[in-house]
Amino acid sequence: MNAFWIILTGSLVATCCSLLGCYLILRRMAMVGDAISHAVLPGIVIAFLVTGSRDSMPMLIGAGLLGVITTFLIEFFHRYARVQADASIGVTFTWLFAIGIILISVFAGQVDLDQDCVLYGEIAYVPLDLWITEGNLNYGPRTVWTLGFVTLLIILFITIGYKELFLTTFDPAFAAAIGFSTSLWYYLLMTAVSLTTVASFESVGAILVVAFLVAPPATAYLLTDNFKVMLILSVMLGILASAAGYFLAVWMDGSIAGAIATVAGIEFTLVFLFSPTKGQLLRRRQVAPARQPEEALA
Amino acid sequence: MQQFWEFFSFADANIRYVTLGSVLLAGSSAVVGCFTLLRKRALVGDAVAHSVLPGVCLAFILSGTKNPLILLLGAFITGWISLIVIDYITSRSRIKEDTAIGLVLSVFFGIGILLLTSIQHSGNAAQSGLDKFLFGKAASLVGEDLIVFGIVAVLLLFTTILFYKELMLLCFDQAFARTIGFPVRALELLLTTLTVLAVVVGIQAVGVVLMAAMLITPAAAARFWTENLKVMLVLAALMGAFSGITGAFVSYTAPAMPTGPWIVLIISMIAILSFAFAPKRGWVARLMRQRRNRALILEENLLKLLFQLGELKQDFETSRSLSDLLERRSIPKRQAIHGLKKLKQQGYVKKKKKRWILTIEGEKRGRRVVRLHRLWELYLTQYLHLASDHVHEDAETIEHIITPELEKRLMEELNYPELDPHSARIP
Repeated sequence: MNAFWIILTGSLVATCCSLLGCYLILRRMAMVGDAISHAVLPGIVIAFLVTGSRDSMPMLIGAGLLGVITTFLIEFFHRYARVQADASIGVTFTWLFAIGIILISVFAGQVDLDQDCVLYGEIAYVPLDLWITEGNLNYGPRTVWTLGFVTLLIILFITIGYKELFLTTFDPAFAAAIGFSTSLWYYLLMTAVSLTTVASFESVGAILVVAFLVAPPATAYLLTDNFKVMLILSVMLGILASAAGYFLAVWMDGSIAGAIATVAGIEFTLVFLFSPTKGQLLRRRQVAPARQPEEALA
Repeated sequence: MQQFWEFFSFADANIRYVTLGSVLLAGSSAVVGCFTLLRKRALVGDAVAHSVLPGVCLAFILSGTKNPLILLLGAFITGWISLIVIDYITSRSRIKEDTAIGLVLSVFFGIGILLLTSIQHSGNAAQSGLDKFLFGKAASLVGEDLIVFGIVAVLLLFTTILFYKELMLLCFDQAFARTIGFPVRALELLLTTLTVLAVVVGIQAVGVVLMAAMLITPAAAARFWTENLKVMLVLAALMGAFSGITGAFVSYTAPAMPTGPWIVLIISMIAILSFAFAPKRGWVARLMRQRRNRALILEENLLKLLFQLGELKQDFETSRSLSDLLERRSIPKRQAIHGLKKLKQQGYVKKKKKRWILTIEGEKRGRRVVRLHRLWELYLTQYLHLASDHVHEDAETIEHIITPELEKRLMEELNYPELDPHSARIP
């Protein structure tokens, strides 16, 4: 049963992250996702200090806000202070992360948080924190409910705003011309990324969020040219990685989050090498015969 | 205050180690960071920082010891491989650089975490302390660490000075560097090696996540103060060193405080202040410049209006009311009044019974704006063969920019013309 809950949690995180990641990597903003996943730390700490509990709602709000602030700061430094884009990402997230760690140290007595928990979480504890009502009904792990809710939100967001998100990603000029606000959708997307990060940080940590945001979409990107197919493929790859990662972790007796990221990396490597259309090895075989006439001439 | 003297007398060996270590680390990684920043590859430092972890763990598994040199070697190898992989993925597939960085960063780190936890759970007692690579331990630096830091810092600085010219060309004009026969590929590898070296050593002090800041932030801050690479390198190193000292001092006065995050917090504050207030490139300076330009354009437009009205009626002696002016050109009323008041202070216009009149200086300046406008219109029609009804907009902008030298050249080029394309006289 524990295995089921853990794989389910991983799959839920994989679903939200891979869906959003497809948009991020096509907008060339993969590193913004990375930045947000680190920069929500002070938001989590502050929410924790204010409410004094690890309740999900205040944390979602606190970290969601911080995520938007991060996006805004990156934009602000880049656009108004003309800091080059990559540097503005690097400065912003390290700064906020440092603030988060300092806050943890200052309130060490009151905050039951650890920076390693933020970085790589502890998905193995998911089945322990059960949601049991007063009538002694067992609804399963709390995290699964929170993540399930966020996953629903993300799927709703992507379905309702599909056209807008699609257009602002692929052709921002045209989207603006027909009246979609590119910055509104940009910030909505980033809010969704921060929500996902926070919902998953306790169980899987920032690093797996980044792995899911980038690896399955990048893998799917090498397999198809159709965006809808890419969305579905990346979700499937993410879920596959969660399941395979769990068993790898059990076998090696190591971190489940780390193992899932490893499997996501293996998936990418395989596709990178063997993708029927864009793989390094197969593509070369297609090109090779074409060279022969030239060699014969030489 | 007493603590301040205690700290800065450096009597305590521990303080000496921590401070010197932080300064060496922050200073040398700032110098290397300048080059990666200028090559627009600032975030690769982040990828390397995450990628050293599997190397450390593998080195431990293979050697079974915690000999720092072997661990560093392992860290160095995977850090280096990560950069090669990023390059390979971006050059061989349609995956963009940011995606490749995020991918390599998270997957390498995931592998590292898997190995690390696997080692920890294996019950091997020798493993404790491996995780200092994750979160850093600047406050507990000891003499041995310092020797390693010192050697690497000197190596980094020395290499930078030795290959200064080559690295500079690599950053600014790679094509030229290749043309004059520099081994660009080898230089790229050199810079990669320097970056990895800086990261591998620095990570033990500040930890995985914050290492990126040690490379990027001082360089980004220094970039705002100068256009000269040498000055930028020195500035970045100084800023890094300063935050190193301050971070060490903070964690000395409040022992619960982690050194690494404080170093990063301080260097970030320096950077953000630089973004905002640096002369010339800073945000505030640019805002002021924009405001000054807008004010200048408004004033010149008002003078031009007064002059055109005088020209129209062949009479520069009569004063004009505000509504006369706004009839010809729509300027928000408050702005117009404000501009006119400023012009009055500068002595370009006079006010008579709520009506405005140009002074001699004002007439001269107004005439010049009108002349530049018409000269430019003529230039566009004669030399670029634009239709005469298409040139007004462009001239509206350029009339505020043309310098006296350019004006002279235009006059010569157009052979001291009399009339503009709309047959108005050029004054």
